[in-house]
Amino acid sequence: MSLLEIKNLSVEFGSQHNPFRAVEGLDLTVEQGEIVGIVGESGSGKSVTMMAMMGLLEGQGRIVADTLQFDGKDLLTISARERRKIVGKDIAMIFQDPMTSLNPSYTVGYQIMEVLKIHQGLRGAALKQRALELMEMVEIPAAASRLAAYPHQLSGGMSQRVVIAMAIACSPKLLIADEPTTALDVTIQAQIMDLLVNLQKSQNMALIMITHDLAVVAEVAHKVAVMYAGQVAEMAKVPGIFRKPAHPYTEALLKSIPEHSKGAHRLSTLAGIVPGQYDRPSGCLLSPRCPYVQDKCKAQRPGLTAIEGGVVRCHYPITAKEA
Amino acid sequence: MLSFIFRRLGLLIPTFFGITLLTFGLIRMIPGDPVEVMVGERTLDPQMHADAMHRLGLDKPLYAQYIDYISNLLHGNLGESLVTKSSVWGEFKTLFPATLELALAAMLFAVVFGLLAGVTAAIKRGSILDHGVMGISLTGFSMPIFWWGLILIMFFSVKLGWTPVSGRLDLAYDITPRTGFMLIDTWLAEAADPAANAGAFKDALMHLILPAIVLGTIPLAVIARMTRSSMLEVLREDYVRTARAKGLSPARVIFVHTLRNALIPVLTVIGLQVGTLMGGAVLTETIFSWPGIGKWLIDAISRRDYPVVQNGILIVATLVIVTNFIVDILYGVANPRIRHAK
Repeated sequence: MSLLEIKNLSVEFGSQHNPFRAVEGLDLTVEQGEIVGIVGESGSGKSVTMMAMMGLLEGQGRIVADTLQFDGKDLLTISARERRKIVGKDIAMIFQDPMTSLNPSYTVGYQIMEVLKIHQGLRGAALKQRALELMEMVEIPAAASRLAAYPHQLSGGMSQRVVIAMAIACSPKLLIADEPTTALDVTIQAQIMDLLVNLQKSQNMALIMITHDLAVVAEVAHKVAVMYAGQVAEMAKVPGIFRKPAHPYTEALLKSIPEHSKGAHRLSTLAGIVPGQYDRPSGCLLSPRCPYVQDKCKAQRPGLTAIEGGVVRCHYPITAKEA
Repeated sequence: MLSFIFRRLGLLIPTFFGITLLTFGLIRMIPGDPVEVMVGERTLDPQMHADAMHRLGLDKPLYAQYIDYISNLLHGNLGESLVTKSSVWGEFKTLFPATLELALAAMLFAVVFGLLAGVTAAIKRGSILDHGVMGISLTGFSMPIFWWGLILIMFFSVKLGWTPVSGRLDLAYDITPRTGFMLIDTWLAEAADPAANAGAFKDALMHLILPAIVLGTIPLAVIARMTRSSMLEVLREDYVRTARAKGLSPARVIFVHTLRNALIPVLTVIGLQVGTLMGGAVLTETIFSWPGIGKWLIDAISRRDYPVVQNGILIVATLVIVTNFIVDILYGVANPRIRHAK
């Protein structure tokens, strides 16, 4: 059985009459110890999917799904109290901006120990010992003295390490990293990424990596889901998806990587923008921007079809020859 | 932190001068002088009037009077009342506990219910509860104190007979003032002599409730609204999402991770309310015949008792400033970023 199984997940915001679907019919499975990359433009529903799964939307979004299972537990039907026993313990999340993700009023030590107290009931010396261990695991120098530091006394990279320490405190089975390096310097980005991958291996966690950085995904992920306008456009194994993208959108994403367009004066782009709330086409959501668009694409929304090593949402997937 | 305190203290000097100028000027702008008021309806020989003014030092030019006043102040001399001839400081000391007791009770009422209302409204944002709480608080904020006081007296004291109409304690009790706080004094007296003073504490409490509610209404409204908006702001912060992602209970997320940060601006507002409280005390004490500073100052103004008005207001203003100063320091305690700033 998969560790995480999401089938046909939709998340809606706004009023009942005029809802905005941030996520539509999303399928995703994550196996134990697997690294899954989720890529896509801003607003394509990457973060919302994860927040919905963790119950962090707080009644703002309406969540509908056929299956939303984690580790054999149905996240759709469990009570909020039951969910809180899983969230923060078995599923943990790291956020984009480490400087604002920590509470400015409490010491770093307090915030790490809080997780250990709540989920593992640790107290006293054992609690402090474990917090120190965690800070050392995320390679924070002079960990003992940093326990009493306040977030504003730490750099962005250090703060992100603290956030990671908090997330892995209870050895989660699934760690979700929501653009964990976007707000950091390039040199620090590599360090944090290495740290995450090392932790993933040593703790044997599954890792969902939400990112814009295709290079990182190509390097570390086992599987990639490409999202577009709230849907999975393509989900396939690495490196297959990079060699033979089946979806025109995936292909366009890959073409926009600077390293892939040597010699060209301008980067390849896809004309247009992601359709907003009210201008979603009735056919394939990519149809207004797709270079290979056909009449059927404009008339009918494609479903997910199986391809080699994954699935694709396209009437006319690109075959190996064309790419 | 130390340099922060010194910088704030340095700002106080011009503030004090401003206050002395204001009170000195304003009381002299009111028509009439102390001698005329003392004499009242009777006519007074102009020569006698001039002699009396000379004795009081009020015949000197204004700037000379002001210099005398400041020089006395700098020598720590707050002067004596023109009417009672007792020292201003002495009168203040006797009456102040009554005002302080009332103000503390009002503040307690305002802070407890204000925070509660603000937090509830923020959590249930957009609900009927939210609109209800905020509507009531806007009403409370706009309520004229004297009218609100009279309405409460009419309903609770006159119609229902639950609380006394005025004063601090029923005349039946004879309590020796020890602390000046009626609640403490009656409690001590009851403990010492239960037979003679039975029910004194409860009586003092019942006297206190209505004035405290009246005086606390505006601060309550301000605190509730400030708490709500501050909570809403903090609830959107990333670290609150982090707290939820840690699997913490909603109560922990609200009270440990949100309220602590939301309280910082609320603390400032609470500090500023001390000024409102002092202003409100003047009205409230007059309505409820509460023998405190407010009533003392009102009486002094109507008697043109210059030293009492000038120095009484100066003392009250000092209290307000000191409270705001303490709040600024508390601000640093609540917010480590301020505490550690150079």
